[in-house]
Amino acid sequence: MQKTSTYKIPFLVLILVLIICFFANISLGSVSIPFKTIFESLIGTTDNYIIQNYRLPKAFTAILVGSGLGISGLLMQTLFRNPLAGPFVLGITSGASLGVALVILGSGIFGGIFATLLISKWSIVIAASLGSFLVLLAVLIVSSRVRDTMAILIIGLMFGSITSAVVSVLSYFSSAEQLQQYIFWGFGSLGNLSWSELGVFFIIYCIGIILSIISIKGLNTLLLGENYAKSLGLNIKQSRLLIIIATSFLAGTITAFAGPIAFIGLAIPHLTRQIFNTSNHKILLPAVFLFGAIVMLICDSIAQLPTSDYTLPINAITSLIGAPVVIWLLVRKRKMIF
Amino acid sequence: MTEQNQHIILQTEHLSIGYKSKKKESVIASNINIHLEKGELIGLVGGNGIGKSTLLRTLTNVQNSLSGEIFINNKLLSEHTPEDLAKTMSLVLTEPIASKNLTVFELVALGRHPYTNWVGNLSSEDIHIVNQALELTNIEALKHKRCFELSDGQLQKTLIARALAQDTDLIILDEPTTHLDMYHKAYILKLLQKLVKDTGKTILFSSHEIDLAIQLCDKMIVMTKDNVVTDSPCNLISKGTFETLFPKDLIVFDEKTGSFRVKK
Repeated sequence: MQKTSTYKIPFLVLILVLIICFFANISLGSVSIPFKTIFESLIGTTDNYIIQNYRLPKAFTAILVGSGLGISGLLMQTLFRNPLAGPFVLGITSGASLGVALVILGSGIFGGIFATLLISKWSIVIAASLGSFLVLLAVLIVSSRVRDTMAILIIGLMFGSITSAVVSVLSYFSSAEQLQQYIFWGFGSLGNLSWSELGVFFIIYCIGIILSIISIKGLNTLLLGENYAKSLGLNIKQSRLLIIIATSFLAGTITAFAGPIAFIGLAIPHLTRQIFNTSNHKILLPAVFLFGAIVMLICDSIAQLPTSDYTLPINAITSLIGAPVVIWLLVRKRKMIF
Repeated sequence: MTEQNQHIILQTEHLSIGYKSKKKESVIASNINIHLEKGELIGLVGGNGIGKSTLLRTLTNVQNSLSGEIFINNKLLSEHTPEDLAKTMSLVLTEPIASKNLTVFELVALGRHPYTNWVGNLSSEDIHIVNQALELTNIEALKHKRCFELSDGQLQKTLIARALAQDTDLIILDEPTTHLDMYHKAYILKLLQKLVKDTGKTILFSSHEIDLAIQLCDKMIVMTKDNVVTDSPCNLISKGTFETLFPKDLIVFDEKTGSFRVKK
């Protein structure tokens, strides 16, 4: 829309902050690594096992997770015109949890060798993807029959309740050990991703981002409301589908690879709107990308508890750090920009 | 096509409007024959629940007609593609816009949506047309204000500017004068009259301001329980159409002043 150039400086600052956070994230951990070693390792003059196989993939995962969740949250908030919407309102997490619960908790019911075979890294990823895909498919089929976008929101929530009910039933029949494993998945985790897993993650993430970029024009038109958007020649059903598919690609793979990471998707779009003071998605989309990546890198650095051997659950940190920031912003500006 | 047909922007033939459910059809109005020509200001009046909104919703393709035809620029409404229609007809609706955080300029610029590229970048021509729309509606000073800061009258002008920026032959407004004080009611309708003169567009609006419409419109569509009449305000007065508009127990139409009076 207007004066994109006035946002140049904030964007440059954000990119700089992102780069600093990226290096700080690699540097900090149970063993702290000096910046010089990181730099040398990145350009390939020295080999550092921790950086190449642990810290670097983790930092990339943090960027993908933070930016992807932020963007899918933004898409959902605009589509549903609801400030409480997040990436998971369509039942993506609940579907993923159902898939993972069936694998981890259900293995006790199926029993035997089958069970030990099932619980590997990829089986959890596949179960989570399949679960979220199937729930989303159900939501899409039902929602193609309704004209009202708000009804889709309710349908998504209903599917969420159904799946969490099934998870409760499964939990009731599971052993303590299995429950613990399931709860650990629920904490979310950015580490433990190999380069090949990261590659698959990155490809699907890119498809989601491309679809989001294609949706920018439609999203801006939706700011007027659906009837105005329709009168401007926007194909509502097609745009709605595009936005939902973009969200499910982003939020679906993130949940599959990193677990159900809360809060980021809801909070980052609000944080960005407060700071950039605009509703234009051409500005918001890249800004949300940067903020999401930065916040996730910071949260991960804190979760590693630098110089100690402990790692806190990332899901707890995102909310502990993020919630007060959003509350502070809202109180300070006294007005929610939406 | 005759010479006269070239100037007709919107035409209906034996149009019948209403709602259709699985079991039955409920007809709200039938046999509607109207034709709107280029450069006319047309007021649509009628009592509450008579079907003004249903007619506008049908003409703007929000809901389907029960029977009969609607022609826009001599082409059936159903044959227009959505993109094509967006360049022919723009709307000002009664519903509030979803995001009040947009600036006036941004809101008006969204009217250029049918003409912009895939990401919605404004060309210098688009910006020129947006500025022209702001100028025509006298809101250049508000350009950088956000919509939640505007009064109802200013917001209505902004929405009209957005419709102008869409650069269509026909603009349809659904009750543009609701929530406005007496001065701004007259101001908005006068503005519509000026826009018709300045731009040669056709503007159709529905309103309850019958006396103002009589003074300003080129043509009026009067919806009563029995039929839908289209004519110039003077002819409608002499035909006595306005007397049939409302039940006669409370108010009467005064032909001399062209307004309604409460019975003593």
